[in-house]
Amino acid sequence: MHEWALAEAVIATVIEESRKEGLVEVRKIKLKIGELQQIETEIFEFALNELIKVQGTLITKMKVEMDIERAIFRCRVCGNEWAFGDASKMSEEESEAIHFAPEVAHAYIRCPSCKSPDFEVLHGRGILIEYIKGR
Amino acid sequence: MLETVDPRINIIDKRLAGVKRIIAVSGGKGGIGKSLTAAVLALTLSELGHRVGLLDLDLSAPSTHVILGIEGLYPEEDKGLVPPEIHGIEIMSIVYFSGDNPTPLRGIDISNAMLELLAVTRWGPLDFLIVDTPPGIGDATLDVIRWLKRAEFLVLTTSSKVALETVKKVIRMLRELNVPVIGVIENMRMGGSGLVRRELKEVPVLGEIGFDDKIEDSIGEVNKLLESDFAASIKEIVMRNPGFKLSSYHF
Repeated sequence: MHEWALAEAVIATVIEESRKEGLVEVRKIKLKIGELQQIETEIFEFALNELIKVQGTLITKMKVEMDIERAIFRCRVCGNEWAFGDASKMSEEESEAIHFAPEVAHAYIRCPSCKSPDFEVLHGRGILIEYIKGR
Repeated sequence: MLETVDPRINIIDKRLAGVKRIIAVSGGKGGIGKSLTAAVLALTLSELGHRVGLLDLDLSAPSTHVILGIEGLYPEEDKGLVPPEIHGIEIMSIVYFSGDNPTPLRGIDISNAMLELLAVTRWGPLDFLIVDTPPGIGDATLDVIRWLKRAEFLVLTTSSKVALETVKKVIRMLRELNVPVIGVIENMRMGGSGLVRRELKEVPVLGEIGFDDKIEDSIGEVNKLLESDFAASIKEIVMRNPGFKLSSYHF
């Protein structure tokens, strides 16, 4: 599941960045996750917790705050803006494809106004660590 | 503390830690045989006993799956995506997800798609990862240089002045950036002008592949591909040039 792969990326990055900053204990991190990633938050949290357990003292007490950012698109042709959630219903296969490779949204989603596939993802893609707090 | 950081970038090196050499197949123009070369190079190295992966980064026009006749495959989910193995090669392509649908991607979408694929793909231990890139020095090539830091380039051209003019720019950029270039292969050679060797003196010309007018009949059929004149030429180039030896990799 790609939640594990992303959780692994988060933990590796937190450890690396914290060491760079000379932290001895990480207390909290905040993640911003794009809705387009279609992450199952329960699996993601479980993966994070499992990885935290095996990573030693630096992050054992780390709390994780997650903010899921709504995916908003803007058509580059007609300027229409719409939300991922407003897109016409997708099949399970299409939804799963976007889950694994979010940019393939361009294969399945069209502007609801002019039907163009040339749209911009204004918000709600990718995954970012917004901050790492510790001492 | 800490400015915003994308954790996916951080994990790329770890995902590729078990890969000994990364060879990006590049070229100035479309239609000169990059994908065919990438696919047949992967098959050849596999036939020679190496563990090989093939990553198709031509995200808007993936085609290595067509060349290798891959249908109905999907990566396995196991703490990421494990690429399916076919003909002894681990193959990852966006086509598993985009299917037959046109997938128009602009620069930032290409970078994000590539980042996602690189971050979640769990390659096995590999001797060679062959990367098929789109033509020129656009987003995908720049991202290969940025994120696949160990990538060495194999540059393809034809003897057409049009292809040569562009390939010179590709090579110049790679050299400016100190990116290793294994060398150049001249494809679709007709006649014996020697123009490519005269024009490209800064990098080794690894060999010439004659115009194979039967190659189209082999597309999609691996056994036929391996018996083609094209594959025989690739094998000869691989056997002859130290640039394809496993031991010549460098970190």
